[in-house]
Amino acid sequence: MGWQLIRAYTLLVYLFLFLPVVVVVLLSFNASQFGSFPMTGFSFRWFVELAGNDAILRAFQTSIVLGALTALISTTLGVLASLALVRYDVPGRNMISTLLIAPILVPEVVLAVALLLFLNFLSINKSFFLLLMGHVIFTLPFVILVVQARLVGIRRDYEEAALSLGASPVQAFFQITLPLLAPAVFAGMLFAFTISFDDITGTLFWKPGGVETVPTQIFAMLRNSISPEINALGTVMIFLTVGLPLLGLAIARRMAMQRGG
Amino acid sequence: MSVEAREKRQPWILLSPALTAVGLLLFIPLVFIVVYSFWLRTATGADQAGFYLDNWNEALTDPFYRDILLGTLRIAAITTIACAVMGYPAAYFIARSRGNKALLLLLLMLPFWISYIIRTMSWINILGVSGAVNWVLLNLGIVSEPVQMLYNEPTVILGLVHFLLPFMVLNVYVALEGIDVSLEDAACSLGSTRWQAFREVTLPLSLPGLAAGGLLCFVLSAGTYITPLVLGGPTDAMFANLVFEAIITQLNWPLGSALSLMLLAVLGALVLIYNHYLGMGQLMKGLG
Repeated sequence: MGWQLIRAYTLLVYLFLFLPVVVVVLLSFNASQFGSFPMTGFSFRWFVELAGNDAILRAFQTSIVLGALTALISTTLGVLASLALVRYDVPGRNMISTLLIAPILVPEVVLAVALLLFLNFLSINKSFFLLLMGHVIFTLPFVILVVQARLVGIRRDYEEAALSLGASPVQAFFQITLPLLAPAVFAGMLFAFTISFDDITGTLFWKPGGVETVPTQIFAMLRNSISPEINALGTVMIFLTVGLPLLGLAIARRMAMQRGG
Repeated sequence: MSVEAREKRQPWILLSPALTAVGLLLFIPLVFIVVYSFWLRTATGADQAGFYLDNWNEALTDPFYRDILLGTLRIAAITTIACAVMGYPAAYFIARSRGNKALLLLLLMLPFWISYIIRTMSWINILGVSGAVNWVLLNLGIVSEPVQMLYNEPTVILGLVHFLLPFMVLNVYVALEGIDVSLEDAACSLGSTRWQAFREVTLPLSLPGLAAGGLLCFVLSAGTYITPLVLGGPTDAMFANLVFEAIITQLNWPLGSALSLMLLAVLGALVLIYNHYLGMGQLMKGLG
């Protein structure tokens, strides 16, 4: 009996988490011109309007470029640091780990203010560069956590075997370690991209006037009133950040199964 | 250079880019705003360097700031408790279910991939004047005119709980997963009821996970300014909104620095207390 109760409770919790999001997706296909209930029919008109909205397309471009650059820089820094922490006996490792994780222990608003004021002091005004530096610093801890967790699982034997068979350390790294590392690197990049793509708290502090990312664009549109276009934009975002990774996961699993015979 | 010396230097070469980034983009800027908080914004709009206590005096003694700080802590506390009450049983169910554990976990991860701003604004579709709830109420004839249910403190808390609940469930789940199920069985075979076994064995062992989830929920909700802007009314500003106002709208950077540092001090103290008693291990487990 008690177990059934917990099951029903859990179901309610999941409904609470997902129902509002499902409603966003539903309403984005609503034919009614007010974009609210009742659903009057199925239509793609809001997506068509979205595709013709220059401001939104520009925001997408900004978000994708920003996310990609953030992922590249953050993952490079993160993988190097994780290699040092996992593979070497570094004195004061706990201290260093804490320092590298610090950006998520500081509230993002405070980090945003500090970075804005300091870089402004160095004559770096609100700019794409400032935005990029901000995104790098708050995605770095997540990349390090994810990459470290994966690195621990990779055994050193292969590398040592290559070295004992006469490979140089550089050869061993590029031909043995890096391919084994690839999933960790990929996971780190995906994580950094998603966090950057989603960020609004820091972005509103750092972005120069006139530049919008997708979240700040949605935020600006909410100021007017909720329009069906926002729901359509939400649906596109959900597809990009949930649908694509799930699809990638499914394909990867399928490939692994085929390879396994 | 000897092989050993090179071996010793290698990790530092690997670490230096990340450490430089954290130093240059976080620690030095934090020290910088400490200095900046003692500067003064003059009538001309330029900031006067020096050692003035005016900003700190205003931030610490003006009841306006104190009330909003207390209000923010209250909202964060209610949010955290709501997350614990909603999240614990769900985490327990996932940890002990035999069938669809992988699916349940995958579903739990999904909200992390859905944009925060979209999850927050989705409540406007549910509770707004033309939202789902009003539509149902109107059609059932319970109300004759749409009711405005949004833009108050409860909807701010609702939005925060919706955003932070997965953090709580995940942390509690990780802790529960690490507890040997046979402990509960042993307690039962020694004569305790299921409920007693849970209360005396499982619950105490899972408290570190609950604490880690609670810390995350509290710190993240106390530092937000987007949720109150989207789901709150004009009087529902939280402390981070004051920081945003001071820095972006009024361009009073010295005062904004002082307010940021106040927020950092309060939340940092919580993190330090947590770290002193429980350490960061459990939190890292939940995040990784």
